Amino acid sequence: MKIMEGYYYTKNHEWVKVDGNTAIVGVSDYAQHAMGQIVYVELPEIDDEFSKEDAFSVVESVKAASDIYMPVGGTIVEVNEDLDDEPELINTDPYTNYICKIELTDENDIEGLMNAKEYEEFCDK
Amino acid sequence: MFPYLPHTEEDIKSMLEVIGVESIDALFDDVPEKIRLKKLLNINEPMSELEVSQYMKKFADSNKGVDDLICFLGAGAYDHYIPSIIKHITSRSEFYTAYTPYQPEISQGTLQAIFEYQSMICELTGMDVANASLYDGSTATAEGALMACGATRRNKIAVSRTVSPGTRKVLETYTKYKGIELIEIEENDGVTDIDDLRNKMDKDVAGVIVQNPNFFGIIENMSEVEKITHDSKGLLMINADPISLAILKTPGEYGADIVIGEGQSLGNPLNFGGPYLGFISCTKKLMRKLPGRIVGQAEDVNGKRGFVLTLQAREQHIRRDKATSNITSNQGLNALTAAIYLSTLGKEGLKEVAKNCLKKAHYAAELIGKSSKYELRFNKPFFMEFVVKSSIKPEKVNKELLHNNILGGYELGGDYSNYNDDILLCVTEKRTKKQIDDLVNIMEGM
Repeated sequence: MKIMEGYYYTKNHEWVKVDGNTAIVGVSDYAQHAMGQIVYVELPEIDDEFSKEDAFSVVESVKAASDIYMPVGGTIVEVNEDLDDEPELINTDPYTNYICKIELTDENDIEGLMNAKEYEEFCDK
Repeated sequence: MFPYLPHTEEDIKSMLEVIGVESIDALFDDVPEKIRLKKLLNINEPMSELEVSQYMKKFADSNKGVDDLICFLGAGAYDHYIPSIIKHITSRSEFYTAYTPYQPEISQGTLQAIFEYQSMICELTGMDVANASLYDGSTATAEGALMACGATRRNKIAVSRTVSPGTRKVLETYTKYKGIELIEIEENDGVTDIDDLRNKMDKDVAGVIVQNPNFFGIIENMSEVEKITHDSKGLLMINADPISLAILKTPGEYGADIVIGEGQSLGNPLNFGGPYLGFISCTKKLMRKLPGRIVGQAEDVNGKRGFVLTLQAREQHIRRDKATSNITSNQGLNALTAAIYLSTLGKEGLKEVAKNCLKKAHYAAELIGKSSKYELRFNKPFFMEFVVKSSIKPEKVNKELLHNNILGGYELGGDYSNYNDDILLCVTEKRTKKQIDDLVNIMEGM
């Protein structure tokens, strides 16, 4: 299982990488494994606003459909449109193939998220 | 002793002895005394089978249906010709079952029949995807509205007052309990008031519902409606009459996002109001929001074609709170009927039915329009229904027609206070020239 250093993680297995007040959001390697072959990603719309822990996207696999929750609150500024045609990219590399980029509302939202080491321990439980 | 219980007194006695119980009543000891029914059910005395069938027949005979009367009534349920092949195929035991056999291993026939139905609905409406069917035209419209709200994440639905009043009532019920705001677009001279639509459109409106041909039988100005709807990023929903689609522009050509309607016309009897057939189709972009069952074509491990239920993540057994709809049933037998009807008639046959409706309705309208007692309420293009303004009270006209074994039109006053003197008449391909002439003569002679 791959875990990226320098990323933050949630208990729902989303990852977030923060750069200034922009954050990139995706699902972790653990999540894509658990979901199995991904067949569809319902992307949010640009300019949509979400609070931390709001469901903003749905990832559908051959097994189930899972809601994806915002690790941090903010406004969608970019979505990964490659996933429209090739949702399975998330299975290939969940860290390169992000879901969307957001403009942070409150940088303190990072509080309470896990770092790589904590996340690894969380997954091993 | 109940006639359908096979056990004799002796059987019962010996069974009770084996289990060591005194009486049948003793078996129910666990049921508290105070909640037991201590009287006989308040129903008639038992009757023999022969008596029951005679008794019921007497009731049934007091109904007058379209086999006994000449029908000029439409308003959402239509007396079209039903080819006799339909009942022979639908009554086959493989199809004629209350159970929905969806396990692909044993249900290829049923699944393929539904797939064919879906394909035909797509072709008829000019859309990409159709579901396996819904209860009826009204609930299909309501499901379409919920779907539009889900897809746009907006919370208002605009519906034209030229949409069938019954459909609007069902829509009201569905939206009320979902916290969706339903706004009505005024009717003006028999069609949707375009200015009113323009004024009421905003970025909270998820979709606009227009019926075409509308409740008064008139062809709406769909291109205007489409432009206004899409300009504010709402979805265009067209409630269509499937027979008319053989000769009119398809909803797909008008740029509809969701198409809904009543499929009773497609070979289904009037059935005293149901069961009917709701159809719904949409663009590929919206297919993951479509409610209900969808059958798809797939391949088995050997590369052979097969049919399965597909895109099930939309459905409530996968994600209960996020499902597009809680609908699980479809109207399989009615959908099959529609598929047989459409394949029996074929493209040309369906066009012929539609053209006959159009011609005969226009012939009737022309005759009535010449009368001194009646006038055509609207001067707009119509399909097979038209509104007649009457100088004689509508209920009086209908009473006189019924007296002559004719089922007259729909009295509009109950739903539209501005059309208190009006009757909505419908002429399908089944009506003959003589029947139309008789109708006009009786109306004229009043």
